[in-house]
Amino acid sequence: MPVSGGIAEDLFRTESARVLGALMRRFGNLDLAEDGFQDACVSAIETWPEQGVPLNPGAWLTTVAGNAALDRIRREAKRLPKEVEAAGLPATGFGAGTGFGRYAGVPSEPASPGADMEYDLSLLDDGPLADDQLRLVFLCCHPALSVEAQIALTLRTVGGLTTPEIARAFLVAEPTMAQRLVRAKRKIVLAGIPFRMPERDQFAERTASVLHVVYLIFNEGYAASGTDTVVRTDLCLEAVRLASLLERLLPEDAEVLGLKALLTLHDARRASRVDSRGHLVPLVEQDRGQWNAHQVRVGVGLVERALAIGPIGPYQLQAAIAALHAEATSPGETDWAQIVELYRLLEHLAPGPLVSLNSAVAVAMAQGPGVGLALLDELAAAGELPGHHRLPAARAQLLEQLGRREEALAAYDDALALVGNVPERTYLTERRNRLADST
Amino acid sequence: MKYMLLIYTNHDNWAALSEADAGEMSAAYGAFSQAIIDSGEFVAGDPLEGPDAATTVRVRNGTRSTTDGPFVETKEHLAGYYIVDCATLDRALDLAAELPDAKFAGVEVRPLGEM
Repeated sequence: MPVSGGIAEDLFRTESARVLGALMRRFGNLDLAEDGFQDACVSAIETWPEQGVPLNPGAWLTTVAGNAALDRIRREAKRLPKEVEAAGLPATGFGAGTGFGRYAGVPSEPASPGADMEYDLSLLDDGPLADDQLRLVFLCCHPALSVEAQIALTLRTVGGLTTPEIARAFLVAEPTMAQRLVRAKRKIVLAGIPFRMPERDQFAERTASVLHVVYLIFNEGYAASGTDTVVRTDLCLEAVRLASLLERLLPEDAEVLGLKALLTLHDARRASRVDSRGHLVPLVEQDRGQWNAHQVRVGVGLVERALAIGPIGPYQLQAAIAALHAEATSPGETDWAQIVELYRLLEHLAPGPLVSLNSAVAVAMAQGPGVGLALLDELAAAGELPGHHRLPAARAQLLEQLGRREEALAAYDDALALVGNVPERTYLTERRNRLADST
Repeated sequence: MKYMLLIYTNHDNWAALSEADAGEMSAAYGAFSQAIIDSGEFVAGDPLEGPDAATTVRVRNGTRSTTDGPFVETKEHLAGYYIVDCATLDRALDLAAELPDAKFAGVEVRPLGEM
């Protein structure tokens, strides 16, 4: 098979978790695993165009990366003693600490010296390697790392994105992102964050933090329409890809399926969320013909599978709500009563002011704007969501529906004073002006 | 009586040292350790990795929350400790004054509590 740069890069990306997982198991050091993988990618670019893409690129890359890592350890082992000696420093005690040797914690002599990895066709079978990928995911999403670091590290190692790509996606300078990754990897080594499955009593909690990371990645892409749309779309797709990987690794976890369902159903609506002028279109005004029917089917199927497995969780509930929206041919056809019930469950399982706000809006759709408004006023009276534009924005729309024009205008103004996101500001400004112009 | 000598340091101080000076500091710690081992006052002592290696755990309403970083973010951080068994506080303070980091940030001396 001939190979072009694009195909090779796609392969490197999709094989990243597999290769790094295998190398982490073998060497236990993420820097070494990444360097070995990098070397293997370079070899691939050099040899594949002539020899063709191997039958199993993942196994090839894992084998070559493992051997490259061994070479690096051997080179490092030769270099290291000289360096320590030259610095005139004691090997232990205050001031010695870390910083010497690129690959902290890796024994200078590997367990089986000289035993290069064979090109192992059993790697075609995903069995034990799937566990290594999962260990890699848990490592990257360990709560001892900041959430920012978890996101960056997951995209880098599990998602196989380059540092510049991640920096662009999160609108930070490349050196900032590079530094964030270096710090994260340093913390893994220094603090001894383990490459292993969480203990049974921690498993659900740790899985939840993995799902949270993937959810945040998706949100970063989804919430920011307008500028940089292309890059941000990549983030949505990347999050869906990560969710698919998790689905493969944890196929019996209902919340994993729930998250994938939720992201798939949201992603199905992506094209209709922004109009031709780049302005935000709210759910009830979206052109449902633009929704991706295939993704809707996949998403709905996932929700059904998840609910059958149980136990129920926040992602499944959100996905079930999204599924009811996706299956309705118009806002009026939507099963708002059931959506209200699902929100009630969600408020019980994962309470939060934003959930209560969405719940109140659903109640308004099911039982009338007056009932919904009363709930929103309760939230406002309780001082929930201070500084957040969505509460006054939702109040404004319900007040408008109730014909309370002056109060609605005041609420729009409150919302506009708080909104940061440009597309949302544009949307609210238009709504306000339309109301102000009406008589 | 047992005291803990808590060694505070500012990362910039160490980073600003030349390799030779850093080597001298390390050697001074080595000599200090040996001296209090010989005098029989040494109980325990270790350097700590920096605050960027720290993780803080809190349990609220039975739920664990884990965060990256030290319990309190400060310019000076706890870099290491000794536990010494001395005759008097004055002796413990003398030992603290001998520690190289006393010249930069400071060393806190705390008696160990009774269980």
